[in-house]
Amino acid sequence: MTTHPPLLAARDLKKHFTIKGGIFSREVDRVHAVDGVTFDISAGETLGLVGESGCGKSTTGRCILRLIEPSSGQIWFQGQDVTRLNGEALRAMRRDMQIIFQDPFASLNPRHTVGGIIGEALVIHGLAKNRHELDDRVAHLLETVGLLPDHRHRFPHEFSGGQRQRIGIARALAVQPKLIVCDEPVSALDVSIQAQVINLLEELQEKFSLTYLFIAHDLSVVEHISDRVAVMYLGRVVEIAPARELYDNPRHPYTEALLSAVPIPDPRLKRKRIVLQGDVPNPIRPPPGCHFHTRCPIAEPRCSQEVPLLERSSEGHWVACHLRR
Amino acid sequence: MSRTYILRRVLIAIPSLLGISLVLYTVLALAPGDPFGELVTNPNVPPEVRIALREKFGLDDPVWIRYVRWLSAMLQGDWGFSFVSRMDVDDLILQRLPTTVAVIGAAQLLAITVAIPIGVLAATRPYSVFDQIANTLAFVGFSLPTFFTGLLLILIFSVQLDWLPFVYRSDVQATGWKWWWEQFRQSIMPVTVLGLFQGAALVRYVRSSVLDVIKLDYVTTARSKGIGEPKVITKHVVRNALIPVVTLVALQLPVVFGGAIVTEQIFRIPGIGSLLISAILANDTPVIMGVTFVFSCLVVAFNLIADIVYGWLDPRIAFR
Repeated sequence: MTTHPPLLAARDLKKHFTIKGGIFSREVDRVHAVDGVTFDISAGETLGLVGESGCGKSTTGRCILRLIEPSSGQIWFQGQDVTRLNGEALRAMRRDMQIIFQDPFASLNPRHTVGGIIGEALVIHGLAKNRHELDDRVAHLLETVGLLPDHRHRFPHEFSGGQRQRIGIARALAVQPKLIVCDEPVSALDVSIQAQVINLLEELQEKFSLTYLFIAHDLSVVEHISDRVAVMYLGRVVEIAPARELYDNPRHPYTEALLSAVPIPDPRLKRKRIVLQGDVPNPIRPPPGCHFHTRCPIAEPRCSQEVPLLERSSEGHWVACHLRR
Repeated sequence: MSRTYILRRVLIAIPSLLGISLVLYTVLALAPGDPFGELVTNPNVPPEVRIALREKFGLDDPVWIRYVRWLSAMLQGDWGFSFVSRMDVDDLILQRLPTTVAVIGAAQLLAITVAIPIGVLAATRPYSVFDQIANTLAFVGFSLPTFFTGLLLILIFSVQLDWLPFVYRSDVQATGWKWWWEQFRQSIMPVTVLGLFQGAALVRYVRSSVLDVIKLDYVTTARSKGIGEPKVITKHVVRNALIPVVTLVALQLPVVFGGAIVTEQIFRIPGIGSLLISAILANDTPVIMGVTFVFSCLVVAFNLIADIVYGWLDPRIAFR
């Protein structure tokens, strides 16, 4: 999709969760959380990943880091297939890929000091030679994310949500990663704090030439931070395009509907809302053909039979729809 | 862990012990029968002597006067006199207490050392074969009362196999290593019975507590740092999961002491549990009062220890 070799490339990534039942705990059903996702991320860019709750965004992010084992597919990172790494190699890879979680309250161990939380990975990967160097690095990291060096002696419960998210960012930065998966990093924060954290993430990206996979369900946040945006529906990517292009010229009917729901910060402007009928279908038995055809305003008979593939619509703009190219 | 925190906890323990002793004393005073009960039926004791004795010990005074008298004497180290054993209550208790504390302590230690690894292993592999076996055994373990497993072990290991003594003796005729060996041999069965009973309940508790913690985000955070799985479990999961377990162990201790009374009877252990039973049967009020008060002191003490361990495990409590 891009001319440079991408930093990260996911190919036909799938994750099925099995549901066991009956007396002998046989597999009775499968949740198709991620159902064949393919995308590239180039070094230094931000790819936004949007979609409704339960569409498999977070699962995709965690599969990339192998925090959840993918069922099939490949994840190429710096020329290595991450899905084949094990033991030592996998732990070494964790230095280059980090994650920032949605919930700043659940993602910090309440029994460890901030210094311990941030410094632990440095010790594990042998990045600090002695106590003194470790202290310096942690203090420096805290300053980088806008906290005070003295905060390292405190415990997470002594901080506010925004501060805790900064601690989470400092923790992810500690090992100098190349890619950071931001799993809805601002969804749990107040709007004013959201802006601060987003700005911090952008500053850090410039300073350390980071690459982000930015998962969110808030389209305006994604538009602001992303270079390109991928839209997911029921475990599949339905559209992927440069951010501006996607917002100005959405091709997929699902993307259109999503964008029409974004509030405009001007009460005089009116926009035609596309209200989708019904609910997201059950991911245990997703509809055949195009997953979206049950709610699609323009669906045709073939949509319920053939699976649409991601196809190029214009430069860098890919759509999975039989009718819109 | 600040010193004022511990000091405050100790100070809080004093009024609770006073309250407990008041309730105990009142209940015992209201209960029928006293050490001189048998004198009524004994024709060799003239009524005047009986009344004189009762007056001498102030048994007909109001309850609260008797309580204050008991309390001030107790605080000065005079715990009363056992009419049955013909010795001071404090000496009697001090003679019996070490055995009970040793047996219960060893049993608790056994329960914890068995339950924590098994519970953690079971939780890290939920619904695996190991987990199923551990769960089933734990269920069987705490369903069987100690008097049953105790008798079963005696039948197998003492009567059938003749490997272990089934009466616990306080007067082991040996010195040095031999003495320790004999103590060890006769403690095996009571400690196993009590320890496994406790451990069985604890396994289930540790398992569910670990299961709660293991799916939290900060455990995923730890993994994403590149920490190896064993270290993730010990440093991030177990330490957090142990907090509710500490509460359980502390709150169960009164139950353990209760269970120990039964176990002491079965194995004829000369601890304070069997002392309490015989004192109750003989209406030996000063001993009953002394032993129950020691029991409550132990329970309060272990709660205090639990609070301190709690503070060590959870910094959010320690610094308050």
